[in-house]
Amino acid sequence: MELLQLVIGGLANGCIYGLVALGFVLIYKASEGVNFAQGDMMMLGAFIALGLGNSEQAGLPFGLAVIIAIVLMFGIGWGVERVVVRRIFGQPQFALVILTIALGFVFRFVAGSIWGYTPLVLETPFAGMNLRGGGIVISVSDLVTIAVTVVLTLALWAFFAFTKIGLAAQAASQNQMAAYIVGVPVMRINSLIWGLSGAVATVAGVLYATRGAIDPNIGLLGLKAFAAAVIGGLGSLPGALLGGLIIGVVEPVAGRYAPGELAKMSPYIIMLLVLVTRPGGLFAQIQMKKV
Amino acid sequence: MRVVFKKSYDPDIDLHEHGWSRGKIVVLLGIMILLPFFVGEYYLAEAANTLIWALAGMGLMIAVGHTGQVSLGHAAFLAIGAYTDAALMNVGMPFWVALPAAGIVAGVFGAVIAIPAVRMSGIYLAIATLAVFVIVEELVILLEPITGGVGGIMAPTITFFGISFDRYGELENFYWLTLGIVALVTWGYANLMRSPTGRSFLAVRDSEVSARALGINVTRTKSLAFGLSSGVTGLAGALMGHYIGFFNYELFSIFISINLLLVVTIGGLGFIQGAFLGAILITGMPQVIAILRDNLNASTGIDIGSIPGLDTMLFSVILILFIIFEPTGLYGRWLKIRTWFEIFPLARRDMFRRQKSYLKTERMK
Repeated sequence: MELLQLVIGGLANGCIYGLVALGFVLIYKASEGVNFAQGDMMMLGAFIALGLGNSEQAGLPFGLAVIIAIVLMFGIGWGVERVVVRRIFGQPQFALVILTIALGFVFRFVAGSIWGYTPLVLETPFAGMNLRGGGIVISVSDLVTIAVTVVLTLALWAFFAFTKIGLAAQAASQNQMAAYIVGVPVMRINSLIWGLSGAVATVAGVLYATRGAIDPNIGLLGLKAFAAAVIGGLGSLPGALLGGLIIGVVEPVAGRYAPGELAKMSPYIIMLLVLVTRPGGLFAQIQMKKV
Repeated sequence: MRVVFKKSYDPDIDLHEHGWSRGKIVVLLGIMILLPFFVGEYYLAEAANTLIWALAGMGLMIAVGHTGQVSLGHAAFLAIGAYTDAALMNVGMPFWVALPAAGIVAGVFGAVIAIPAVRMSGIYLAIATLAVFVIVEELVILLEPITGGVGGIMAPTITFFGISFDRYGELENFYWLTLGIVALVTWGYANLMRSPTGRSFLAVRDSEVSARALGINVTRTKSLAFGLSSGVTGLAGALMGHYIGFFNYELFSIFISINLLLVVTIGGLGFIQGAFLGAILITGMPQVIAILRDNLNASTGIDIGSIPGLDTMLFSVILILFIIFEPTGLYGRWLKIRTWFEIFPLARRDMFRRQKSYLKTERMK
């Protein structure tokens, strides 16, 4: 029973890792860049929702606050691509890595100066509601997290598999010049994808905030989500979700049955094991590189 | 513009292009040696700190600048170096055993990590090093008998031949020791880059496939470069431990890794000089910010010191501006200015224009 309880909590946690990892994968799929600020975008999204929705701040209804936060973060993601990322177009990959790490610090500073560094709690309509049955307690926020994640993953998968823009984004990532030649608006698609990943990050952030207090340093969760994306194989949407779930479940189980430090290391140990045995992740996307 | 008249093949492989550049290095070294006689205690300590950062920066430069392997976890190798050195000296080993041992342990660890990691391409390696960093950080806490765990460890005073190199008591001696080590490593590094091994690093950086086609063992080259890189960083870690005196795992945070990346990127990727320029910037910036803050507070009454995290934010903004506007870093900017003067009336704006490049996928089907 105890194990089952741990696994259910872990699954909900894993969904959040998975959602942040989805943000990584989105950008990787479209431009083969890696956005290390994804965790901080999640943090910023959560704080915007909190600033709009909490009664002592703007005091909007929960649903409306979340929707406005998603729209705002879409704008921020889009703007970041437009203003900063586009300028380093064509530079080596790691330039973007360093750039986004720096951006993450800027986001953290902005959130810290507006909302302070003490943990805050997001007011949600389903706070403290639990379902009981057979000796297990499931909180409603866990269920909401899992449901939203499943729906969002399916929607994004359909977006890339069936819509014209999704296909164009994949084409742009495989060969930018060829995509240009056949008329794909590569720049515009990149902006759109960054906006989209900002929106996904906001959803992840709000879900994270329903499960506990948030402060500007929760963006460091992005590292674990990153491990999740790598375990699944960067560039694979179901892979990211699976990676998130693996990490989410292993972490509390290891924390219960193994020494404390091992639980903290476990996401990274799993990631290293996967990288060593299957360098491209579980759903590998990398084949031999061409000259 | 200087024209070097070559009468034999030696100038082609010489470390210095011409006598004047050799002279400049000698003058610079001379000034650095005489520095303790001109500046006060505080600035001398800062100079020693800058040299240590430059050493660590050179370590990362081998991997990032010259072999094209991004590492987000070099703080781990600093930590390994610092702890190895301090632990060996605490059991009574002399400094001249502990320091090389620190470099070797960090280097071997780095090379072992690199063997599986080099199978991964670019971004995956960066992530793997990040994971290694987290694991090393937790291991430091776990291995309490050696590392002192959360409580921390004391780096003993360096003495050999009866001379004390204490960081607080005999700061000049400590400074000269640091300078000597940094100068030796720099000399070795510069020579490495003109040897076949160093050239193969560059070949691997520019194109792995072409390097393999030219008969370079890519895996061996990459892990050798990574091992050397982490070894040099380990040396810097050992010196940093002595410089700080008493430290625990918190000294080697992820921010140190990022600051190191800042050193090599802002300094100028692919240039040894870049590591030094970057180190000067990163150790000098907090001082400049502090002075500005005090002035602002005294003259206008605005107290920006009360805003937490402002330093980190400023660093980040500088980094972003450099990546966007001057990706070749400070040294690249200096080269452009120098060229402008050297060929004076002939310089044109588009001379250093970057070639437009397009992204090609690494996921080929």
